[in-house]
Amino acid sequence: MVDVYVMGRHYRVPQGLTILTALEYCGYRVVRGCGCRAGFCGACATVYNFRNDAQLRYDLACQKTVEQDMYLVQIPFFPALKAIYDVDRLEPSGEQVLALYPDIVKCYGCNTCTKSCPQELETMWFMSDALRGDIRQVAVKSFDCVMCGLCAARCPQGLVPYNVALLCRRLYGHYLAPVSQHLEDRIAEIRAGKFDAEMDKLKKMGRGDLRRLYDQREIEPA
Amino acid sequence: MYPAHMEESIRKVEATRGRRLQETLRRLSSDEKEPLLREHHPDFIAGKMRQLAVGPNKGEYTPSELADLLEGNSRIDPDKIDLGRVDHDLDVLVIGGGGAGATAAVLAKQSGATVLLATKLRLGDANTVGAQAGTQAADRPNDSPLMHYLDTMGGGHFDNIPELVEALVKDAPEVIRWLETLGVNWDKNPDGSMHELSGGGASRLRLHSARDYTGLEEMRVLRDEVRNQGIRHLEFSPAVELLLDGRGHAAGAVLVNLETNELTVVRAKAVVMATGGAGRLHIQGFPTTNHYGATADGLVLAYRAGAQIIFLDTMQYHPTGAVYPMQILGQLVTEKVRTLGAQLVNAEGGQFIMSLEPRDVVAAAIIRECQGRGKGIATPAGQVGVWLDSPMIDMIRGEGSIARELPAMVRQFGRFGIDIVKEPMLVYPTLHYQNGGIRISADGSTSVAGLYAAGECGGGVHGRNRLIGNSTLDIFVFGRRAGKAAAEWSRKAAPGALSLDHVRRWQKGLEQAGLAGSRPVSPLLLPDYARPMADFLPDSARRSLPVQRVKLT
Repeated sequence: MVDVYVMGRHYRVPQGLTILTALEYCGYRVVRGCGCRAGFCGACATVYNFRNDAQLRYDLACQKTVEQDMYLVQIPFFPALKAIYDVDRLEPSGEQVLALYPDIVKCYGCNTCTKSCPQELETMWFMSDALRGDIRQVAVKSFDCVMCGLCAARCPQGLVPYNVALLCRRLYGHYLAPVSQHLEDRIAEIRAGKFDAEMDKLKKMGRGDLRRLYDQREIEPA
Repeated sequence: MYPAHMEESIRKVEATRGRRLQETLRRLSSDEKEPLLREHHPDFIAGKMRQLAVGPNKGEYTPSELADLLEGNSRIDPDKIDLGRVDHDLDVLVIGGGGAGATAAVLAKQSGATVLLATKLRLGDANTVGAQAGTQAADRPNDSPLMHYLDTMGGGHFDNIPELVEALVKDAPEVIRWLETLGVNWDKNPDGSMHELSGGGASRLRLHSARDYTGLEEMRVLRDEVRNQGIRHLEFSPAVELLLDGRGHAAGAVLVNLETNELTVVRAKAVVMATGGAGRLHIQGFPTTNHYGATADGLVLAYRAGAQIIFLDTMQYHPTGAVYPMQILGQLVTEKVRTLGAQLVNAEGGQFIMSLEPRDVVAAAIIRECQGRGKGIATPAGQVGVWLDSPMIDMIRGEGSIARELPAMVRQFGRFGIDIVKEPMLVYPTLHYQNGGIRISADGSTSVAGLYAAGECGGGVHGRNRLIGNSTLDIFVFGRRAGKAAAEWSRKAAPGALSLDHVRRWQKGLEQAGLAGSRPVSPLLLPDYARPMADFLPDSARRSLPVQRVKLT
């Protein structure tokens, strides 16, 4: 058994539980602070420290195993700023990012955002990429962000790295990613009705014929 | 770090790896798949399904866990709710805030409707974010919507509704471009062509991915778009009952604030149901890949309001749920791992199924290997699984491929000291997807006028088994169609007075069938994972939950 403290109160829980399942083991019914339960949605951002070690640590409650003498608390909601914009009417530039998130110039490089990221992303570095207008680098470096918001919760300057990164990724996808010609061609073919006659035949085909066609289809090597 | 006896088995896996790199198992014919499924797939276990005793699908079979809820008691007493006091009055109500719901809301708004989106957890807390592998669309020159159609029909055992599959495959390329226009970052080659992969049951490379965070990337963008468009959304506000008008047309819903129990009455000219799946019912005791709120709520509400459901006797067990360590039991190990070349291997290091068969076939083969043949590997906690030999990927595709293509998987196992670049993962089937749902037409409409459905809670498109990459396609294809159609319907609709008479009739029907006392209240809203504490109430008192008032269980 492991000793943990849920919002200050002592409990003993079996080894091998996550912070989330430990809370549930202690009888807490979680409503906020729980989403996919698999490390993808960012709902269960959590901070903890230890009985004799005040240093705050950060993680996702569904992915972190409880350890002896942990002090646990969930962060159910954090009021982070989000710019409102029409993605069709933007410029993929640093000026644009700055216009929507002017506060990013206030970053003084303390690196708390990086240290608080449960995905271990280089948060401060992609914020400086954003400042320099390198949209692609922000997209690449921030890609694995689950938007848990811990960076924003901990930033002493009130910046919102996860929303800045989202803006940059959307700018990259909309304006900067190279065009997929084969996709455009296929859309045009479908609109022109190229497959309609064959599709009608398939739709009317009996189960036996369809099954034969399926079993005989040629499969492209993976 | 694996325990010693598991490491021993891994040595056998390593010993056969060189030989297996050259070894391709042949795919099974339809005639060979059928007995494998009948003997080993959970859908075919006698006694785990039950005939529905009431409602539009009376007499049809569904897992007992779901039957309990479909036959459940309402959470509200219609006599105690003042429907004259309407809190929100608008054109389209979208219930559910995952990929399908967010898409439907955006399209309904763009079609000129006033929209409210209500969701049980936060906007975006849904199975969409957990979808890793990708989204199918037949856009490469050697592919076509016809091949996508045939693959989808075959995967679904030819039971799929043809018109729905046609819509799915013909809209697919358009959906990929729509998402990119919104700002989704697809994996691409430097020349702009899509970096596409194969998948179980697919005859072409047509899986579009965003590393192994595909659904997360799609959801992040859609959620942002809902906010940018100023679409009103209520979080932690699930629907507990649909509202109909005197003619039985959908006319809104009653929502509950999960934290305060406050009820909200929404009047709407059209309702889009986008509540997702049912994994958190833990059918047959399986763990699940699904998010916390996947409790079949939309099915329950629509069924009670008279909507037909379809294919509810079939659930998808994803072949590769994590088995070790126990902290991630049942969580998804993406099919992309097999797509990239990893094989499934038993305790002795031997292959037993071609890894890219459709999911139901692979799941049945793993169950046969573990339960039927005793060639699985047991964990210290008593779970059994087979190896998914991830280190092969870098040997086939070059060093660094795993880190580049599967960062989420590397991170997830790395947190527990397992390096999937060097060691395989232990896997076993996990409850993943509801193949069927509320029966829809190609525009997302259901058998209840004014009620639309999209995404996992809709039914018909996937037949009896969904293929990889077709669900993150389904949510956008039918989310768009349902959002548009609901907005159009709302322009003509003139709903009468709001009514809960269908709930009164439902309760009467339950009493006549003698079920009211033995069935739980539903929708379930959330699974109950809190460890039961000593309770001052006797068991009998706790079981007979008061149905006259909202009771959050």
